[in-house]
Amino acid sequence: MGRLTEVAALGSGARAARWAGSPPTLLLLSPTSPGCAATMASSDEDGTNGGASEAGEDREAPGKRRRLGLLATAWLTFYNIAMTAGWLVLAIAMVRFYMEKGTHRGLYKSVQKTLKFFQTFALLEIVHCLIGIVPTSVLVTGVQVSSRIFMVWLITHSIKPIQNEESVVLFLVAWTVTEITRYSFYTFSLLDHLPYFIKWARYNFFIILYPVGVAGELLTIYAALPYVKKTGMFSIRLPNKYNVSFDYYYFLLITMASYIPLFPQLYFHMLRQRRKVLHGEVIVEKDD
Amino acid sequence: SKHPDPFHTLREVEILDAKTREKLCFLDKVEPHATIAEIKNLFTKTHPQWYPARQSLRLDPKGKSLKDEDILQKLPVGTTATLYFRDLGAQISWVTVFLTEYAGPLFIYLLFYFRVPFIYGHKYDFTSSRHTVVHLACICHSFHYVKRLLETLFVHRFSHGTMPLRNIFKNCTYYWGFAAWMAYYINHPLYTPPTYGAQQVKLALAIFVICQLGNFSIHMALRDLRPAGSKTRKIPYPTKNPFTWLFLLVSCPNYTYEVGSWIGFAIMTQCLPVALFSLVGFTQMTIWAKGKHRSYLKEFRDYPPLRMPIIPFLL
Repeated sequence: MGRLTEVAALGSGARAARWAGSPPTLLLLSPTSPGCAATMASSDEDGTNGGASEAGEDREAPGKRRRLGLLATAWLTFYNIAMTAGWLVLAIAMVRFYMEKGTHRGLYKSVQKTLKFFQTFALLEIVHCLIGIVPTSVLVTGVQVSSRIFMVWLITHSIKPIQNEESVVLFLVAWTVTEITRYSFYTFSLLDHLPYFIKWARYNFFIILYPVGVAGELLTIYAALPYVKKTGMFSIRLPNKYNVSFDYYYFLLITMASYIPLFPQLYFHMLRQRRKVLHGEVIVEKDD
Repeated sequence: SKHPDPFHTLREVEILDAKTREKLCFLDKVEPHATIAEIKNLFTKTHPQWYPARQSLRLDPKGKSLKDEDILQKLPVGTTATLYFRDLGAQISWVTVFLTEYAGPLFIYLLFYFRVPFIYGHKYDFTSSRHTVVHLACICHSFHYVKRLLETLFVHRFSHGTMPLRNIFKNCTYYWGFAAWMAYYINHPLYTPPTYGAQQVKLALAIFVICQLGNFSIHMALRDLRPAGSKTRKIPYPTKNPFTWLFLLVSCPNYTYEVGSWIGFAIMTQCLPVALFSLVGFTQMTIWAKGKHRSYLKEFRDYPPLRMPIIPFLL
């Protein structure tokens, strides 16, 4: 599911590391189950794709900043500027299309190359976490980016009949505004000149954008269901050499169902982060 | 006149909540040689909902938990010791968790093997597969989990008594879920036996048996390292048993053999879900092995340098 990737930043690298060291409980399962991205997100730490700790913006001593090498800083700055630009281009293309054609039909087709390029490029964010230049958990970022890749490649790209659904425009708009805000936030943070309105945008837009995006995604998947069932796409039946079967139709149903536990958790986590960052509230996080 | 002997003065212990700093308990007239375990028992008296297993006491709110064996007067505290308390949540014994998570797959697999109604079509209820490998797979899978249950009861010596209660739900979902998923396909009426036939099955069975013996040998060797009731840690070394010679190359050969067993089972059944289960298990065990390896290195200066965590020379 293409969660507004605001939450990608709100992972806990420390927590993931702590899990790795604890006695044999099945830690892997936790991170890959639906409830996990949210559980992992519910921590005090706020990693950003830039180098600055968000909570640290106003209160913490400069010493608490991550010490990034020059190369890492330069790369991340370039990356975030490029992504901001990419999603801006996408936004402009969408606006121009609508102004010229007056309809959303054909909009996806006209922007799909740009969308696919920049959304796929975001896979790099997982690498950033892996190599440690971004303090977010690999798993949380992985889930975030994977859900976007899923929407783009396994739904809209692969199921052509739904490309002209209104719901597609809905989530595209939500994603675009979110990503522009998010990447410019990181860019400015890295450059050490964060205008308050960007911070404000980042912690307020999600209130509307997140539910809108989720609605767009769910409606799109729902619209795709009949085609998936009819064509049996991405599915394997028995008997076969590897004794496995997969039904994409049921997979999609389960995916849709998993939004129910996940969305509220992530949403309320964002709200808590917002209270902390914008209003300086001290929030005692729930114990695990 | 009596000289007050500092080493025998009774101490006071105050216990504060690690998060809110609220004063939870004040114990006076505590023996200086009291252990943390004894203090936990005293604390339980005033707060019976927090039994000792769910108490984490530490000197610093964000610091490490003190061990049950630690002695009050050996800690860097004054006559009044301040300890911070964190609730670890409901706890469950390791033995209980292990027994539950292993009994499930044993039972569940058999449900599929015997083709209990409502799994496959009605015409298949209680029928039997015509493929030898399917019967063999049932024996191997069942043997594996019976072995695990017996080891839990008679072989393993656990360092920790309990773990958080939620782990049992997580762990059981994992083990039971995968067992059902694998069993469904292996025992399916439309199951396809391995491509290379009896040869493939024989090879796979050999791998499986060797690795099961290996895994058991390591468990026994680890058990013998630690006397009953103690929590000491020592470097494991190869014994006369050739299966333990893997200790020369690897810190956690039990995990190596475990992965090997599942690879054997995957080859035997030629079933993709089994391969996926092996992969997930391997990833998890690698994380554990790396952690264990790191602890060994930290604790023992003379730790054999040739050893890798789980795969000889590689990982």
